[in-house]
Amino acid sequence: MFSTGFSWNDLLFLLNGAWVTLQLTCWAILLGTFAGLLFGLLRALLPRASLPLAWVLDVFRSVPLLIQFVLFNSLKSIVGLNISAFSVGCIVLGVYAAAYFTEIVRGGVLSVSLPLRRASRSLGLSFFQDLRWIVLPMASRVAFPGWLNLVLGVMKDTALVMWIGIVELLRASQTIVTRIQEPLLVLCIAGLIYYVMSLVVARLGARLERRWQEND
Amino acid sequence: MIEIDNVHKSFGDLDVVKGVSLTVNKGEVVSIIGGSGSGKSTLLMCINGLEPIQKGNIRVDGVEVHHRTTDLNRLRQKIGIVFQQWNAFPHLTVLENVMLAPRKVLGKSKAEAEALAVQQLTHVGLGDKLKVFPGKLSGGQQQRMAIARALAMSPDYMLFDEATSALDPQLVGEVLDTMRMLAEDGMTMVLVTHEIRFARDVSDRVAFFRNGLVHEIGSPDQVIGNPVQAETAAFLKSVK
Amino acid sequence: MFDYTFQWRATLRALPDMLAGAWVTFETAALSMIFGVLIALALTVMRETRHPLLRGIGNGWVSIARNTPSLFQIYILYFGLGSMGLHVSSWLALLAGITFNNAGYLAENFRGGLKAVPDTQVRAARSLGMSAFQAYRMIIVPQLLRIVFYPLSNQMVWAVLMTSLGVIVGLNNDLTGVTQDYNVKTFRTFEYFTIAAVLYYLIAKAIVATARLMAWRLFRY
Repeated sequence: MFSTGFSWNDLLFLLNGAWVTLQLTCWAILLGTFAGLLFGLLRALLPRASLPLAWVLDVFRSVPLLIQFVLFNSLKSIVGLNISAFSVGCIVLGVYAAAYFTEIVRGGVLSVSLPLRRASRSLGLSFFQDLRWIVLPMASRVAFPGWLNLVLGVMKDTALVMWIGIVELLRASQTIVTRIQEPLLVLCIAGLIYYVMSLVVARLGARLERRWQEND
Repeated sequence: MIEIDNVHKSFGDLDVVKGVSLTVNKGEVVSIIGGSGSGKSTLLMCINGLEPIQKGNIRVDGVEVHHRTTDLNRLRQKIGIVFQQWNAFPHLTVLENVMLAPRKVLGKSKAEAEALAVQQLTHVGLGDKLKVFPGKLSGGQQQRMAIARALAMSPDYMLFDEATSALDPQLVGEVLDTMRMLAEDGMTMVLVTHEIRFARDVSDRVAFFRNGLVHEIGSPDQVIGNPVQAETAAFLKSVK
Repeated sequence: MFDYTFQWRATLRALPDMLAGAWVTFETAALSMIFGVLIALALTVMRETRHPLLRGIGNGWVSIARNTPSLFQIYILYFGLGSMGLHVSSWLALLAGITFNNAGYLAENFRGGLKAVPDTQVRAARSLGMSAFQAYRMIIVPQLLRIVFYPLSNQMVWAVLMTSLGVIVGLNNDLTGVTQDYNVKTFRTFEYFTIAAVLYYLIAKAIVATARLMAWRLFRY
């Protein structure tokens, strides 16, 4: 019917690449979420003191990710740091994610209105109790869609690490294309894998959100 | 005149208007009172074609509103409507809000439309707020602007859908005064309202709506002062 | 401390070329935004119609644009179209890819914005006798513009940053492409790319500042 040089081995190769993509995403999101949470709280609770932090993070949102990869990679060589390209990828993506997540957390915390916090403090809750039991739960519901979007965004941005030599999904597809010269077919399959991964994450997120809403 | 002839209207399975017939003659002021959900506002929306009807027909000056060949845009030039939520256009100044339709729909020149708008706005008492954006006005002022906006089209009929229900109590008076002024000038008006005393003062006829039907209709003194139907009396007692 | 001597003065001599590249970057992003907005408007209309094919195309476009990497979109346009016999230059593939991406994200923004304009506004406009077209043009679209203005300017910054991907498909006259050229010739990676980073940062800030100024002038209410 229609013959192609694309074999099952190639599919496995692609799926391996997809696995690298997922791993990169996981580590970057872990780093980004923790750092973003910390920075976001700082930005929300100490807005003026943390202004320099805001400027620094803003830089990471205003410079292309590709250039951030290249710069960090070259800095690594200059400083003589011996870490794998994979680690470089995770760190850069993590910092990038943190820069975005900071704003999301900040928005979420600020969305908890002052009257509400006054009410909780009037009941005798301490600053930290108020934070832990009132502000953070409410802020996380507001911040969740933004966080989910960030996860999806990072997953797509992992495609750029091919430039520093990591074989993730897109690079894997390129390798196959070089061999069998059927770019449209291979890229479509790779695109489909991206699409499916994205939908699965989005669907899981929606389910989590719904479960939260039921309990409210 | 407005002829409403055995009109039925439903939203899906819910029958809201169940066979209403009513005629409004030129120069008449007819008030429609009744509980929420009785179908009053819906009927008003049908008169200018904002809502379709399932059965019966509505004719304005002989033109059937819901006929498929009727030019609704043309018809709506003759019928002004003021909503509960004034629906000011927030991105235009008060003057521009009132000028827009005369310019774009009636084709008046900018100078003509501006003069007309200034006249109408002064008439409702907003002459000093021409260049202000609606967001800066109170609810009562925005509602008066909405009235001026509808009047600028020189309509033959004015419909008021609970025009004061969304206003703070102290702002209701100024809007009612404007409506009273219109009635005294001889405008044909159909008012859906909760302001019973106002309805009694200003109307030529009052209709009490219940369950999608006209339950009782007559002169204000009759329907409000001395109602025949028990349900009418019960309603009036409940809103006192 | 470092086993490396920074040579800033030498690299700064490349500034004129890099500025020329920055201009190409800006032009490309601006073009992609203009086309992107037009297509996004069309997509928004398509997604609101009852015609299943139009709805499908509209929704499909947005779905693919938002669920696959932008680099992938550029790739498939460059290599994919090439394999079908259409020879596309790197620049054209980059422009097409970014435009495709922009259109998808902007269409989603427009849809959200449309929902935020109360449909009582349409009622009021139609009740004054305005046609549907008049109501949309004079009442809905201006209010929509205010709501989507901030996302629009954000997307413009995105587009500028996305142009850097052109170098991966061989583009050599945008900012990153020029920087990479110098890099390959001299191996002064850190210096050249730092200058490029600074330039991108300045462009991004300029766009945000301009947008804020425009918003202040356009939306005085």
